[in-house]
Amino acid sequence: MSLTGTDLRNLCLAILAFGVCALLPFGDNGYWLGLGVTIAMFTTLATSWALFSGPTHYISLATAAFFGVGTYVTGLGIETFPFWALVGLAGIFGAVLAALVGLATLRLSGVYFVIFTLGLAELVRQVITWVQNNTGQKGLYVLTDLDEAGIYWWLLGLAALVFLTGWLIGRSRLGFALRIIGDDETVAAHSGINTARAKVLLFMVPGAVAAMTGAILAPRYVYIEPSLAFAPILSFQVVIMALLGGASRLWGPLVGVIPFTFLLEAVSSNFPNQTTLVIGMAFLVIVYLLPSGFAGLVDKVMHQVKKRETF
Amino acid sequence: MATPVLSLRGVTKRFGGLVAVNAMDFDVSEREVVGLLGPNGSGKSTTLNLVSGALPLTSGHISHWGNRISGLPAQDINRKGVSRTFQLVRLLQSMNVRENVVAGAVFGHRRRWGQDAQDHADQLLEKVGLGGKGDMALGQLTYIDTKRVELARTLASDPKVLLLDEWLAGLNPTEMQIGITLIKSLRDEGRTIILVEHVMDAIRSLCDRCVVMAAGTKIAEGTPTQVLSDKEVIRAYLGDDYA
Repeated sequence: MSLTGTDLRNLCLAILAFGVCALLPFGDNGYWLGLGVTIAMFTTLATSWALFSGPTHYISLATAAFFGVGTYVTGLGIETFPFWALVGLAGIFGAVLAALVGLATLRLSGVYFVIFTLGLAELVRQVITWVQNNTGQKGLYVLTDLDEAGIYWWLLGLAALVFLTGWLIGRSRLGFALRIIGDDETVAAHSGINTARAKVLLFMVPGAVAAMTGAILAPRYVYIEPSLAFAPILSFQVVIMALLGGASRLWGPLVGVIPFTFLLEAVSSNFPNQTTLVIGMAFLVIVYLLPSGFAGLVDKVMHQVKKRETF
Repeated sequence: MATPVLSLRGVTKRFGGLVAVNAMDFDVSEREVVGLLGPNGSGKSTTLNLVSGALPLTSGHISHWGNRISGLPAQDINRKGVSRTFQLVRLLQSMNVRENVVAGAVFGHRRRWGQDAQDHADQLLEKVGLGGKGDMALGQLTYIDTKRVELARTLASDPKVLLLDEWLAGLNPTEMQIGITLIKSLRDEGRTIILVEHVMDAIRSLCDRCVVMAAGTKIAEGTPTQVLSDKEVIRAYLGDDYA
């Protein structure tokens, strides 16, 4: 398939946008850069999450599990391997873990999948805690010369990779198969789609990306321990942000990540003890008022406009 | 006799204690239209589900050109060129009419992709009587048109065997005539068709042969005229008084 004019225009705009974002560390090195790192982190997580969960409607709460595995890859290997190798290694571990989880659970219906993925993060955390207790080790120090700006650029690069992957999947047979599966799995199977294989393959994408994100962010924590690396709240935040933006479009999650990060920032600085409460309420409001997120809202408005033009 | 396209031997399906399909045996030859008849609940749709791979068999086996297909997942059976419609129309709600047809063309028996698949879908829409409606949303379609979209999707991978589950049900007399003509044209293209049907007009004008089921068991087999005058068949449909 060749590129259309719209494709080229979107591609140029995307490159330009990434170029502008890459300049942030030159403008500010404190508060805003920190916020930039958070936004870049949640953009990669939520966008890759939506690549799988958007079309299939399988809600995965495994983000924290993959993310934690990634941070531990960096934590354990930082003395031996170069940083770029660790990021790649984390991606491989994440993809393999996702494939194993997928093979075990993606034949199950939605609810079982949600619970299993939530449990997975907890399971991995407990295993690592158990190993640490047995070896007498407590946590890991991650000492590098990678500063905040470096982390930001790594994340930005990963985000670009995620968008590119998502765009390519959207044009591929695999992406089309996933949309069919999301609409009607019986029809998908009767149209010749190997539904289990398609789902497992695509589930490996958010798995790899979340692990790579964790690997990149590990130096920011300096000291990592299981309760920090595998914090279940991360999985929920990613889901809320992706749903707020809308998981049906590639750019959807990004539209959710930005306002939600600012909201979270405002809440956690003003009401540090009620953060979880606010996240929970935000979740309810989003599900009730914006079931398809901002992207769904835009589609609806466009549809209305088109309708008015026809009559 | 030449190798049958489809051959069912001792095909049985149990749901717990209920035997929905009991030791069904029948063959379907190439280019034949076989009607699967029987009162409601007699196991016709279940039989079709067993052939298409929607349900696993409890025992028995089904072969396609002499090769066993029972036990294979639905996608593999579809790729061998056996394609079906559903009793309750199943369409892909997030997609427009053309994409619904393309969905059948990309992964099945004969594969197409990109512009080729789009053009093929448009040709099929033309053929089932939906020419020019490719960009419409599903919500804008009438009931017969949704059935046409499903048939076009089923045809999109160029299957050699078609399983039609009450495809003519719910159509008005005019639509019925259009539907019958359409199915005849598919047979004339050299496709083998099994149809589950209740509409007698359709059965008389379409089927070369009929298999009649009652309570999961085959009770009669033969030409439409033969089976429709068969005592067992009349008893199954109308009761002892009429037999």
